[in-house]
Amino acid sequence: MTPIASSSPASNRRLGSILFVPVQFVMTLIDAPLRALQKLTGISGMAMFFLAPNMLIFGIFVLLPLAINFVYSMTGGTAFFLADRTFIGFDQYSRLFECGNYLDPLSCQEDAFWTAVGNTAWFVVLQVTLMILMALGTALILNRDLRARSFWRAVFFFPVLLSPVVVGLIWKWILQRQGLLNFALFEMGLEPHNWLTDRTWAFAAAVAVSIWAHMGFYALILLAGLQAIPKDLYEAAEMDGTKAARVFWRITLPLLAPNLLVVVVLALIKAVQVFDEVYVLTGGGPGTSTMFLTQYIYETGFASQLRNPGLAAAASILMGLVLVVLTLFQLGIGRRTEGKRKR
Amino acid sequence: MGAAARFIFRRRGSNGRGKGWHWTDIVTWVWLVCGLLIMFGPAVWLGFSSFKTPAALAEFPPTILPYVTQEVRVEGYDKPLALYEATLEGGGTRVLAEVRRIGIVSQMVDPNAPGEIIKVNIADRAPVRTMSFATENYTQPFVQFDFVQYLWNSVFVTVMATLITLVVNSMAAFALSKYEFRGRSVAMLIILATLMVPLSVIMVPLYSIISTIGLFNNLWGVILPTVATPTGVFILRQYMLTIPDELIDAARMDKASEWQIYWRIVLPLAAPALAVLAIFSVVWRWNDFLWPLIVLSRRELYTLQVGLSIYAGELNVQWHFILAMTVVTMIPVVLVFIFLQRFITTGIAGAGLK
Repeated sequence: MTPIASSSPASNRRLGSILFVPVQFVMTLIDAPLRALQKLTGISGMAMFFLAPNMLIFGIFVLLPLAINFVYSMTGGTAFFLADRTFIGFDQYSRLFECGNYLDPLSCQEDAFWTAVGNTAWFVVLQVTLMILMALGTALILNRDLRARSFWRAVFFFPVLLSPVVVGLIWKWILQRQGLLNFALFEMGLEPHNWLTDRTWAFAAAVAVSIWAHMGFYALILLAGLQAIPKDLYEAAEMDGTKAARVFWRITLPLLAPNLLVVVVLALIKAVQVFDEVYVLTGGGPGTSTMFLTQYIYETGFASQLRNPGLAAAASILMGLVLVVLTLFQLGIGRRTEGKRKR
Repeated sequence: MGAAARFIFRRRGSNGRGKGWHWTDIVTWVWLVCGLLIMFGPAVWLGFSSFKTPAALAEFPPTILPYVTQEVRVEGYDKPLALYEATLEGGGTRVLAEVRRIGIVSQMVDPNAPGEIIKVNIADRAPVRTMSFATENYTQPFVQFDFVQYLWNSVFVTVMATLITLVVNSMAAFALSKYEFRGRSVAMLIILATLMVPLSVIMVPLYSIISTIGLFNNLWGVILPTVATPTGVFILRQYMLTIPDELIDAARMDKASEWQIYWRIVLPLAAPALAVLAIFSVVWRWNDFLWPLIVLSRRELYTLQVGLSIYAGELNVQWHFILAMTVVTMIPVVLVFIFLQRFITTGIAGAGLK
């Protein structure tokens, strides 16, 4: 990472030090007992002390839930406290997998789950493919000899910072029946649509909005990858009079491949979990046409009338397995490219 | 205009002269300009719309700027009447107030002489409109609903979570970068493993843990599970590895305690990385949605994101309030974007993380 130390004017520093007086005081107070602790543990023992808060929080709020999740998935009933729940073995899983025909969600006992799985699969394929292509295009364009490159980079990055609720509401406002998009179509003499109440269009809107909100992040990573490609390769190609297309296929793409792979996997991991902006935009509807896995887990676990935490836990474990595979894959890529760089 | 266009379109190296336009230059500029419109346009449109009255919002075709039709009180009529600029048969225009409309004929009166009714074809009249910002869209929700409370809850969660994130993760990063101890690789592995466990995978058991320790319907229940972020540990550790160990050894010789070394030496030197993590954390926590939605079920505890989404579901027709509150919710992030965007972009480009 680039160090981003900026020299602050003297007045700022003075204000800062006034604000920090109470903090300094507390830190000095803490020092005395910690010195005593250090006498007991020795210098390297203090590492455990520094690590403890983080590990405690990870333990309670990530690892413990992860372990409990398996227990949950094997219990039934609507109660939330584990003690009140009855052990039923793998019934929740078999309920999820009980299907007449796996390609037809309606033939399954848990048809909502399979609908969500199907929707999520389609969403992942469409969103990741289109988004990565657009991110790659944007990165290639931003990597050209541009004036005000940091401005243009910021333009594409802007939606990444917006909250999912804001993203969902902005687009709900634009895509509604009397919204801006329909007006634009009307002006061009085209047919307006009810974007969010038509099943196909609502799904397309979910994909498009999600691309809009996240594309800049991936373009940024790809741009960093492009800028890391040594310039002399391009100079050599130019001297040889190589065609631009050939330069792209023979130099840019192969050297960008590791970054591209990382970005694809990152995007896949995110897309599998798609929920919030789409939930605000369409609420999963119309019908169940934009209901995705996370929403299914959320509603089965908390919101729906037929609350079933065990079933939600089982579904979330299945989703977790997919994510683990993807993450391991990503870490594997990371390790390999790092190894290459060292060599 | 010509000079501005030349400035915008000149390309580096060519200086506006030299080689002509290559097709890739055209693609580049089309892409960039479309990008500008598509990325900023919706937010700008939201901003303008949020100042419109409900009547102006319902208009089709919509206008960009917020306009309202002017109205006057005319003697003899209970309701205020809308003003129109009417083109009269004999040529010439007059400003008239519409009393009623029958079919395509509008019955109008002169506001100054309301006795006589003038009939005008509706095609020959245009409303008199003035630009007007409906600021009540912003003030009303704060008075009528609990938006002040939501705003406060969001600020509280964001600030507290960010402070704790900085302390907890910098301590862990310090331990993992400056000490050799047994179990270090195990700790690194655990932190790495948590990258694989997003909220959507553990929300059911996490909810039960939060309610068991009494943090359901409590802002701390929103804050605590988020404060130990693996990303934070990695950013800080990466940076602390570049701090020379000699500094720490020298401090130890001067009888500094380990706590003092962390607090007086390592933290100030890691300030740039802390700043990056602080910016990330503020944006993450301000934008959090699913977890607060699960943990908070009492209205007075909602964060802005939850409150806004719930109201958007309930007040389905009251777009003027929803739009204004969306703008309020967006403001901190827009400020971060304007002033701190380059820290984030260099942070992401450098580490490839989010």
